[in-house]
Amino acid sequence: MYRYDQYDQAIVDARVAEFKDQVARRLRNEITEDQFKPLRLMNGLYLQLHAYMLRVAIPYGTLSGTQMRMLAHIARKYDRDYGHFTTRQNIQYNWIKLEQFADLLDDLSKVEMHAFQTSGNCIRNISSDQFAGAAADEVADPRPYAELLRQWSTLHPEFSFLPRKFKIAVIASDTDRAAIQLHDIGLQLRRNDAGELGFRVYVGGGMGRTPVIGSVVRDWIPVGQFLSYSEAILRVYNRYGRRDNIYKARIKILVNELGIEEFSRQVEAEWAELAPLGLDAPQAEYDRIIAQFAPPAFDPAAPDDLDLSDPDFAVWVSQNVHPHKAPGYAIATISLKPKRGIPGDASSAQIDAVADLATRYAHDEIRVTHSQNLVLAHVKKADLYALWQGLDAVGLATPNLDLVSDIIACPGMDYCTLANARSIPIAQKIAAKFEDLETQRDIGELKIKVSGCINGCGHHHAGHIGILGVDKKGEEAYQLLLGGSGAEDTSLAKILGPGFDENGIVVAVEKLIAFYRGARSGPDERFLDTYRRLGPAPFKDAVYAG
Amino acid sequence: MPRILTGNRLETGDVLWWTGTDWSPLIRDAVAIGDEGEALVAQLVAAERINDPALIDVTGEPGHWLPTTTRERVRASGPSVRADLARGSLSTEVI
Repeated sequence: MYRYDQYDQAIVDARVAEFKDQVARRLRNEITEDQFKPLRLMNGLYLQLHAYMLRVAIPYGTLSGTQMRMLAHIARKYDRDYGHFTTRQNIQYNWIKLEQFADLLDDLSKVEMHAFQTSGNCIRNISSDQFAGAAADEVADPRPYAELLRQWSTLHPEFSFLPRKFKIAVIASDTDRAAIQLHDIGLQLRRNDAGELGFRVYVGGGMGRTPVIGSVVRDWIPVGQFLSYSEAILRVYNRYGRRDNIYKARIKILVNELGIEEFSRQVEAEWAELAPLGLDAPQAEYDRIIAQFAPPAFDPAAPDDLDLSDPDFAVWVSQNVHPHKAPGYAIATISLKPKRGIPGDASSAQIDAVADLATRYAHDEIRVTHSQNLVLAHVKKADLYALWQGLDAVGLATPNLDLVSDIIACPGMDYCTLANARSIPIAQKIAAKFEDLETQRDIGELKIKVSGCINGCGHHHAGHIGILGVDKKGEEAYQLLLGGSGAEDTSLAKILGPGFDENGIVVAVEKLIAFYRGARSGPDERFLDTYRRLGPAPFKDAVYAG
Repeated sequence: MPRILTGNRLETGDVLWWTGTDWSPLIRDAVAIGDEGEALVAQLVAAERINDPALIDVTGEPGHWLPTTTRERVRASGPSVRADLARGSLSTEVI
């Protein structure tokens, strides 16, 4: 894992000191709320429905055990004993007090963490593949490049006041576990025939009010030049992105208005000026960072076989465990979608327990996924049973990864000021309808994603079934969308028909699933595949006819 | 329709209601606000100690107010999915 050097720590310490002073001045009424609000937002502090909400950055979703324990400590000491893992691989706390905020920031900085650039019109937390460094299909670990982007984008003076927020994701596999085509910039690390590393660069993807699948702006940029190329993209966006209309300000709108060819031409022209200036990191810096992401010392004698005689353990392994590139090891996903639970929520005791299990069984490393789950990426197969028992003891052994109850849901109107409707109760009600695990496994992979407003933090546009909460004269209503995917087969979900109330949307989802089970070509055809094969009409009939 | 005054305490972010003389964390303590409401909001904005002061529509009567929008009912009662964190004077079941 990457460890801060003196520059990283100095930057964080200085920024923390600056914000602590700003908080103190606000508490003394020396600055107004209008003056303070943009400052607190740039430090990840929102005022939500019930209290202040703090969003803590987890770069590329990777944490050490020590950092994870600090997150538990924050939940216990400054919040109400829980945190909420988000679709940007971050964590949010919902009950923060401004008057305690300085102490909280001090605690976070002790473990190389902070909250800046988790809000505001800047480059946000860089996201990545939760299986990075462990996936058998990756060409290299993508996180050193995500780390370089983190360093480059941290307090970047030119890009701290962009037209709108800016999100970057980095992967290194053909399998996309980070939804890169739905980011402002999506980077896929690849290896060419000569064995060299380079990136395919997508630009202009995004969800929210105007969902767009990103376009390839460059099929190959050598890995040593991707920072200056990214700078060129940001420069074109910063120069021409609209600032007159918040709803037209994302880069996707600029790319759409210019067309990808013209946008690409402008980026290339900008890059031709930038590239010779020496903005890219020297090889020694690449080497320094790559060395910090060196894989742990895997035990070459680790046995590859697994005792699956405990049927509950066997189910968990078949659902939540993925192959690892090292023989004798596996990748374990910890579902944060237990029965009747809140998607992404974890108590301080659970966070501590995961940290301890990671220290004991997974080389002290935890990942957060954009699906609001956690991952232990390097687990000896021989330790999986003990790990599963440890997870089960704290209610974290739910074997439902990618099944109908593994639902993404934003905080919605239970917490969020922007929301038009609640998301969490919808997720809970749908999950409760399919509580039986055998039924869930029979349905197979089905990604349901629920957002409480058009901003789409619940990724409803990328849901096989997407649900969008809307306001209908002060009451909650829900639109139903079908056919989205955030994976390598990226597609945008489309609205199926008229919306529903809280109970109606749950019944509609039941009807969709019942129709799918009768219409699929076989047990291996996913819901999404059946939808793509048949089109929306029969699904619409199933929901609305009669 | 009656209106009551709400906002969030600067220091803590806590949801509060105006009782006529002070602020309370319980909506049952709120008093109906008449035509003086807008002036009161302007005063609060200027004082800078209560964030996002707002007049909201409610039904019911003193001691038993119910906001008309789901959003304000959630603010008054607490998250509907965490009954253990409910504010006490209004059940999350009303949401």
